[in-house]
Amino acid sequence: MLHVIILVPFLMALVIALLTKRASNLHRGWFVFPGSLALFVYFLTRIPVIKGGELGYETVSWIPSLGIDLVFHLDGLSLLFALLITGMGSLVIIYSIFYLDRRKEALTPFYIYLMLFMGAMLGVVLSDNLMVLYGFWELTSVSSFLLIAFWHRRQKSRYGALKSMLITVFGGLAMFAGFLMLYVMTGTFSIREIWSEVGDISGHALFIPAMLLILLGAFTKSAQFPFHIWLPDAMEAPTPVSAYLHSATMVKAGLYLVARFSPVFAGQYEWFWIVSGVGLITLIYGSIQAMKQTDLKALLAYSTISQLGLIMGLLGMGSAAAFYIGEEAVFYTAATTAAIFHLINHAIFKGSLFMMVGIVDHETGTRDLRKLGGLISIMPVTFTVAMIGSFSMAGLPPFSGFLSKEMFFTAVLNIRNLDIFSIPSLFTLFPVLAWMASVFTFAYSMILVFHTFFGKYQPEKLDKKPHEAPFGLLLAPCLLAVLSIFIGFFPNILSNTLIIPAMNAIHPILQTTEPFVVNIHFWHGFTPEVWMTLGVVILGITVYRIYGRLSLVDKEWGSGYTLNQVYDGVIRLVEKLSRWVTGSYMTGSMRHYLMYIFSFLIVTICGVVWYSDGITLGTTEYTPFSLFEVIAVMVLLLGALAIPFVRSRITAILLTGMVGYMVTLLFVLFRAPDLALTQMIVEVVSVTLFLLCFRHLPRLEKEKLKPSAHFLKLIISIGMGVTMTLVALAALGSSPFESISKYYVENSYTLGGGKNMVNVLLVDFRGFDTMFEITVLGLASLAIYSMIKLQLDGDGTAAQLKRVVPYNKPRYSRSDDVLLQAVAKVAFVIILIFSLFLFFAGHNNPGGGFIGALMASAGLVLLAITFGMDMVEKVLPINYRKLIAIGISIAFLTGVGSFIFDVPFLSQTFGYFQLPLMGKTELTTAMFFDLGVYLAVIGVTMNIIFTIGRDN
Amino acid sequence: MELIVALAIGVLFSVGVYLILSKSLLRILLGTNLITHGVHLLLLTMSGLKTGAPPLLGEKAEAYVDPLPQALILTSIVISFGVTAFFIVLAYRTYRSTGTDDVEGTKEERQ
Repeated sequence: MLHVIILVPFLMALVIALLTKRASNLHRGWFVFPGSLALFVYFLTRIPVIKGGELGYETVSWIPSLGIDLVFHLDGLSLLFALLITGMGSLVIIYSIFYLDRRKEALTPFYIYLMLFMGAMLGVVLSDNLMVLYGFWELTSVSSFLLIAFWHRRQKSRYGALKSMLITVFGGLAMFAGFLMLYVMTGTFSIREIWSEVGDISGHALFIPAMLLILLGAFTKSAQFPFHIWLPDAMEAPTPVSAYLHSATMVKAGLYLVARFSPVFAGQYEWFWIVSGVGLITLIYGSIQAMKQTDLKALLAYSTISQLGLIMGLLGMGSAAAFYIGEEAVFYTAATTAAIFHLINHAIFKGSLFMMVGIVDHETGTRDLRKLGGLISIMPVTFTVAMIGSFSMAGLPPFSGFLSKEMFFTAVLNIRNLDIFSIPSLFTLFPVLAWMASVFTFAYSMILVFHTFFGKYQPEKLDKKPHEAPFGLLLAPCLLAVLSIFIGFFPNILSNTLIIPAMNAIHPILQTTEPFVVNIHFWHGFTPEVWMTLGVVILGITVYRIYGRLSLVDKEWGSGYTLNQVYDGVIRLVEKLSRWVTGSYMTGSMRHYLMYIFSFLIVTICGVVWYSDGITLGTTEYTPFSLFEVIAVMVLLLGALAIPFVRSRITAILLTGMVGYMVTLLFVLFRAPDLALTQMIVEVVSVTLFLLCFRHLPRLEKEKLKPSAHFLKLIISIGMGVTMTLVALAALGSSPFESISKYYVENSYTLGGGKNMVNVLLVDFRGFDTMFEITVLGLASLAIYSMIKLQLDGDGTAAQLKRVVPYNKPRYSRSDDVLLQAVAKVAFVIILIFSLFLFFAGHNNPGGGFIGALMASAGLVLLAITFGMDMVEKVLPINYRKLIAIGISIAFLTGVGSFIFDVPFLSQTFGYFQLPLMGKTELTTAMFFDLGVYLAVIGVTMNIIFTIGRDN
Repeated sequence: MELIVALAIGVLFSVGVYLILSKSLLRILLGTNLITHGVHLLLLTMSGLKTGAPPLLGEKAEAYVDPLPQALILTSIVISFGVTAFFIVLAYRTYRSTGTDDVEGTKEERQ
């Protein structure tokens, strides 16, 4: 079931992607809202099940060999987050429907990204497998990147998106390394299995590094100091995104991770100090920074950083419970209770505040505190929402924030009782820092409300004439505000349903002690917490007053950007470095790239030959050789070695041809008749082609190279030669497994019905190869055709070829040799008949479709040389391009024909028939296939030759 | 015999690579051609030379040479013919459009 649940958002993304333009009369948001709401309702129905302690694992096998499976699991902690994700998601979707104009904004990508995020986030909180969790974790970073850059034409959006991506993915990779270390220690990726092995691994050398790396992932994601710098820049995203990802859900993934790993790492001093320390520093730093902001969203961003720090700190303090057992342990878990409760409250009030700021921005056209003021009379409902949210954030009764703030104070006061460290005075710092941060929190909450809605109304500074927002826009924030009050009055409705199950997941110890209860009250009597709150209010008002009197709001603040400068500097440095590294070897010269490839090949192959066992070079028994064979090889080598030295193009081409013919001779000597035939005809055709094309090219110049470059070229060439000789000798000397060739020798007659094994291999056993081969040939020849006939202009349209080099009309379009003309006609007929003979004999004797076709083409070339191409085309009006298509189609249909007889593609069969005139004849389906090959190859060859030849 | 052919393969590759590393399109083309020959001989040599009769069952011999490399080479010959033809035309067409057969571009482009 959970798999389906996680799939739902992705499916909705797909639906949005597939919606047609016509559906755009309805806002895209309405398509995803029902699904999101249904998910929320589903998770609500899970509450009683989880409360009953019923925990289930759902597994779908993915990569079992690596221990990576899609294991999903719902416990109290996951449920809490799942409710946040789907609940806030539904509200944000409603809000966005009214916030984003369907006529002006690109809504399809927006909702696709949003649904991607929702699915990924659900995956993060429901995964039990660390690798799966990591995958979803990075997907949240990616979707956040896409959403921040939603208005991608703005430079600031792109900057913010990239920044958030780089920082969170950096943390994600660190976390990944931490996960791998956990795997090394425990041999499992399952979080629950790792829990059960904590006792065995806590002394392991990798335990603390793994913890630090995982914390790095959590801190970057949850914008903890000093990684918080991405969150203010992420405010470039549309406000619904800020409300959803960057305050309610994604930034809380880090908190989730810390809570999830508490059973593993709590009880380590490092964990306690780092988590609570970083949390408290972020809390106070964020609250001070928030005071300095003039942009409402920036203020909320720093406020979010600060509040995330608060929750992080509480989680750290809660981990102190692991130092104790029994009653004392329960005493310290109060901090965790506060963390969870505040996590819920923060999502509620911060969500409403973000939406409120979005409304102000939407209606006035600005978020600048210096321009805003006096909106209370114009936007009374918005003001009410803002007031409830801010007072809840400031920790004033009767709003829910007050309760969690009291619990926070209790937790920091409790910490003073810790007696396990030798420096107890340090713990007094906890309440002091917490209290100071609360003062600032109070002050900026007041700034938020009073500077926006009271003071002087300055309509001249606003781009629009403001008025109250429409009902749809107000609906979601109002619901959240009501919820804030409701929880304020009935906090215990959460304690049994959500908080205790989540607590059980974070502190397994609670399951062993007597029933654990959470009771949240407004009034505890005159406890220190009450006095602290009173102090916060009094001092907070003072700070706000001084702040107002100094009118700091009107000043630009230069400080606090040093961390950003570090980030920018690092980015610039990395860019410079990578440009330098890339520039140093990506020279743009093809020859350099080839040199890299060849050098790599030489090094790897020689390395393998050198280091591998069982590779012997050469055999003990070589085949004896005759003088004749040696001469053939010598001629071949002489021809090859002469090529680099000659200046004449024709000589170079002919020398290459000579090498080709010597290879043909060797094929004969080495008992490969089919190869010899093919090679010979191919040499004829390609030398013709070479000569046709290279008549007009410039002379071969001697290369002007620096001696060092020339030397390098020589070294690489000789190195390649030596390497290939080694390969040949190594292949001769070692055969690690038996060759499959025996199968073909034994079966080519019984299964393929042919005595020419090579031909049977081509048309039967490996017919698929051959079919693709003629397809490739067909493509090559069509490419040649279009290359000659077409040229694309700058704007991509076909145009007449521009010729830089003036073209001389060739003088010899046909031969005037009478003798040649007389012989050619006869020769052509003989060649054609021989070609047909080769084709039919091919199955049992040397020959076959390829060879026959090449032979026929050679005949046609002869005719064209003798009588000119016009004449040949007049006599034989064949469209060779169509011939290619026909050939390939015949070969393909022969293959398809196998299906009729319910056998696999390209199965061949054969039989013997009594035919008139020819007697007993073997007929095979392979013959049809070979016919296709025959036609296609003629088409290809002649198309190439005629295309080039007629271009004159 | 195998030793001699192995050396010949080495030489074919050396010269082929040397030609490929030059600037002239024609030389590059001829280089690929030589390397193709080298590869074919390599395939043939790998299975041992002259270990039996030609792979024709009509010969009724005791042993045949390995038919598999021959089938591979046959395919390769035809494919490399197609590729060579394509390269030739590419070179020809490049020269006609740019006036140079230097793969590093014309003199003006280099500056």
